[in-house]
Amino acid sequence: MELTRRQALALSAGAVAFAGLGFVPGPASADAAAAEKRLMDFTGGKAPQEGRITLTAPEIAENGNTVPISVSVDSEMTPDSYVEAVMLVADGNPNPAVATFNFTPSSGVAAATTRMRLAQTQNVIAVARMNDGSAYIDRKQVKVTIGGCGG
Amino acid sequence: MANSKPRVKVPKSAEAGEVITIKTLINHTMESGQRKDKQGNPIPRSIINSFSCEFNGQPVFSCDIEPAISANPYFEFNAKVVESGTFKFTWVDDDGSVYTHEAPITVK
Repeated sequence: MELTRRQALALSAGAVAFAGLGFVPGPASADAAAAEKRLMDFTGGKAPQEGRITLTAPEIAENGNTVPISVSVDSEMTPDSYVEAVMLVADGNPNPAVATFNFTPSSGVAAATTRMRLAQTQNVIAVARMNDGSAYIDRKQVKVTIGGCGG
Repeated sequence: MANSKPRVKVPKSAEAGEVITIKTLINHTMESGQRKDKQGNPIPRSIINSFSCEFNGQPVFSCDIEPAISANPYFEFNAKVVESGTFKFTWVDDDGSVYTHEAPITVK
């Protein structure tokens, strides 16, 4: 098939638009659905509420290979009332799972820090499950500049 | 990974009932299984898949680890100490190796 110049231009514009779409992080991606499912399994199907949990992450991560990330949950951490576990997921990674922290009353404070990998700009989500079954959620968008140029 | 060496920071002493901060790091490449070598073949996954901390045999903190954790996995967490004793840290590798480290603490 012979392409006219006009057809060729239209085709390439379409290809660029399509490639552009692939990089838009958002709830429409399959990874976000997988992340959502993991969180539902973790909370036992309960919709988590806002509040009590704080996720600390940099707004811009120049190097997606080591992104420092902290979670803390407001809890007395007594045998009657404590945080059982906190799950971290990243909805734009090839595999959304990041880590699950399991706490006990001997932890004293429900807080932990680690370093994680991010493949692209995306949302990092933390969900805490309390010993009474209630769940709390916090999320942060982290911009990743893979080239490390700080843009 | 034969050369995985744990490094742990625990205070030497604490007041009874004090909440202390513990920092741990272990050398490990944490190969995610997502990368490809120069020939385009996928590099197999090789990560540390769990970490735990016990105090005098009682669980304090543990973590299930996925490939999204960076190389040389670092964890910082807290523990409430009421008596003198020993913290025991355990890392479990995909290849079945288990790395452990112990740190004593004196409680006044």
